[in-house]
Amino acid sequence: MAATTSEPDSRSRTAGVAFILKKAFISSLVALLLFVLMIGIRTEAGPTGQLVYWARLDELALTVAAVFGGSIVFELLRRWLGPAGAAGLVPPVAQRALSIAGRAIAPLLLVFALLVPVIFYQQRYLLDLGILVLTYVMLGWGLNVVVGLAGLLDLGYVAFYAVGAYSYALLATYFGLSFWVCLPLAGILAACWGVLLGFPVLRLRGDYLAIVTLAFGEIIRLVIINWQSLTGGPNGISSIPRPTLFGIPLTAGPNGLAAKLGIAFSPTHRIVFLFYLILGLALLTNWVTIRLRRLPIGRAWEALREDEVACRSLGINITTTKLTAFATGALFGGFAGAFFATRQGFISPESFTFQESALVLAIVVLGGMGSQLGVVLAALTMIGGFELFRGLDQYRMLVFGLAMVLLMIWRPRGLIGHRAPTVFLSHSHSISSDMVGEGRG
Amino acid sequence: MSGNVILQVDQLSMRFGGILAVNGLSFSAERGKITALIGPNGAGKTTVFNCITGFYRPTRGSLSLVHDNDRRFRLERLNDFRISKVAKVARTFQNIRLFPGMTALENLMVAQHNALMRASGLTFLGLIGAPSWRKAERHAIDLARLWLDRVGLLTRADEAAGSLPYGDQRRLEIARAMCTEPALLCLDEPAAGLNARESAGLSELLLAIRNDFGVSLLLIEHDMSVVMEISDHIVVMDHGEKIAEGSPRDIRDNAKVIAAYLGTEEQEAAELIEGGP
Repeated sequence: MAATTSEPDSRSRTAGVAFILKKAFISSLVALLLFVLMIGIRTEAGPTGQLVYWARLDELALTVAAVFGGSIVFELLRRWLGPAGAAGLVPPVAQRALSIAGRAIAPLLLVFALLVPVIFYQQRYLLDLGILVLTYVMLGWGLNVVVGLAGLLDLGYVAFYAVGAYSYALLATYFGLSFWVCLPLAGILAACWGVLLGFPVLRLRGDYLAIVTLAFGEIIRLVIINWQSLTGGPNGISSIPRPTLFGIPLTAGPNGLAAKLGIAFSPTHRIVFLFYLILGLALLTNWVTIRLRRLPIGRAWEALREDEVACRSLGINITTTKLTAFATGALFGGFAGAFFATRQGFISPESFTFQESALVLAIVVLGGMGSQLGVVLAALTMIGGFELFRGLDQYRMLVFGLAMVLLMIWRPRGLIGHRAPTVFLSHSHSISSDMVGEGRG
Repeated sequence: MSGNVILQVDQLSMRFGGILAVNGLSFSAERGKITALIGPNGAGKTTVFNCITGFYRPTRGSLSLVHDNDRRFRLERLNDFRISKVAKVARTFQNIRLFPGMTALENLMVAQHNALMRASGLTFLGLIGAPSWRKAERHAIDLARLWLDRVGLLTRADEAAGSLPYGDQRRLEIARAMCTEPALLCLDEPAAGLNARESAGLSELLLAIRNDFGVSLLLIEHDMSVVMEISDHIVVMDHGEKIAEGSPRDIRDNAKVIAAYLGTEEQEAAELIEGGP
C-alpha cells in the first residue's frame, strides 16, 4: 500500500496541514472573541465601591494559545483514529462484552440499590444522596410516560410534584391522616390536576404545548405562594408528620420501632426506612410503566408519539389517550411529592421552581426518551455527578456543562436511544433511535 | 340494488375558503364490491376521502353508511375516531402513515386498540394480568399474524416499520387498516410508487380482501392497470364534480373521461377515439 499510494497521500497531507492550521486559527479567533472580555479584563469593586479593572493580556494569550494547540491536537487525533467514530474504536470482542454488560446493568443496579443502606450504613451523606437520586429517578420515570412515551413536551411537571407534596402536608397537618392514607390521595389529586392541565392543551403541539405547561407549573407555584391562609405562603408548611411503618413511628420513644424490636435507637433507621420507601415507590412506578407499555393504552401513547393522524384513522380516541398520559405521569409525580414532603418535614414553594422541571426533563432527555434504564443512568449522572464534582468548587458547573455538551454530541438521542419492542413473534430486535419519533405535541 | 349499498354519498360539497374542492358529488359504493374513484390530479378525490373518514367535515351533503345488520351511520356527524371505531371505516394514506419506530407487529396491535382496550378492562384487568386479557392479547397477535402472513411480512414482523422497503410499508398499512376489522376499507393510491410486479401483487391482495373477508373497498388510484383489473364500479371526478360513472368497460370508452385525462375538448376527444384503432 505504501509504495503505490504514497504520492497522493503526501499531497493530501500537505493540504491537511494547511487545513488543520486554518481550523486552529478560526478556533482561536472564536476563543479570542469569547474571552477578550471574560478573561482579558478583570473587574473588581474598589475600596470605596468604585469599579476597578485591569487587563490580563497574558492569561488571555495563554487561553487562546491553548485553544490553538488543542484544536491542532484534536484534529490530528481525529485523523489518526479515522472517521469511523466510536464504532470503529471498539473491537468486536469488547462490543460483545459491552452488550452483555448492557443487559446485566439493570439487575446489577437493582441489587446495588437494595444493598446501599447495608453498605453505606455509617455514611449518612451517601444515604441522603441515594434518596435524592431515587426521588429524581422516580420523577424521571413519571415524566417519561408523558414525554418519552406519549411525546408530549411537559415543562411544568414540578406542578404535580408540588400538588402531591402539598396534598400530603395539608391532609396530614389539618386532618391528621397518616402517610399511607395520604399517599394514594396525593397521587389521585395530582392525577386530577394532570387531567385539568390536559384539557386546555389537547390541541396544542410542540413548542406551544411546552409554553402552556411551563405556565401551568408557574401558576401552581404562584397560587401556593399567594394562598397564605391555606398553604402558609412563602413560609411553607413545617412539622409535617414523618412516615410510620404501618403505624409504628420511627422515633426514640417507648412506642418507637427500635424499642419494639428491642434494639438501640439510631436516627439512621429512619433514613434507611425512607430509602427503602422511595426505592419501593420508584420500583412501583417502573413496574407500572413497563406493564402499561405492553397494554393497549401504552401502545396508543407510543403510536401517538409516532403519528397522531394515523392514530385517529385507527379509531383511537386522541383526547383520552393524551389525558391518560398526563394523568399517569402526574400520578407518579404526586407520589414523589408526598414522599418529598414526609422526608423533608418542611415544604415551601421554593422547592417547586421551574428549575426542578427542567432538571427532571433533562434527566429524561439525557437518558433517552422512553428508556427506563436511561432515566436511572441519567439521574445517577446528573444528581450523583453533580455531587461528585463538589470538590471542583467553582469549576463544578463548567465541568458539568461540558460533560452534558459532550454527551449530547456523542449520543444526541440520549444515553439509551434505541427502543425495545413491546411484543414480538420470534426475536426482539431493538429499534434504532433514528426510526423512533420524538413526538411533536 | 339500493339494499346492497354500503356507502351513499349525496350532494357532497367541500369548500376551502374560495375554493370549491368538491361540488355536489353523489355516488354510491356497493357492499362487497370494489369501487374506484379516479380523476386527474386536483380533482378532489382525496378531499372526498377525508370527508368520508372524518378528517374534514363536509360543507354540505350527506354521507351515509349502512352495515350488514342495517345499522345506519351519518358519517358527516361522527367524530373522526368514531368513524373508525363505530362505523368501521378504515383508511390508508397517500403518503404512508405507519408508526415507523414500532415494529410491523406492533403496528397491527395498535390497530386493534379498541378491541384490546375493552379486553384489558380499560387497562385495569391488563395491569394485573387477568387471564381474560392474556387470551385477548393472544387472539390479537393471531389476527396480526394472519395479516402479516397475507401481506407476506411474517418474517419481518419484528422489524421497525420505518425500516421496511417502500412496497412492504404500503402492504403493511393495508394490513393495519384490515386489523381494525372494517366494513369499508378506503385506500388512497395504494399502488403509488410500486413496480409492475408489486402492483400485480397488490391487485391480488385487494381482490382477496373483497372475496375472502367480504369487505367493501373504495379506492383512489392512478394506476389504470390496477383500476381496470379489479374495480367493479368506477366513479370519475374532475374539478370536484362527477363526470362519469360505470363499469371499467364503460369508463374506458367514455369520451368525457378521456377528455379529462388528455386535457382536450370533448369534440376533439371523440374524434381522437374514432380515429384510434
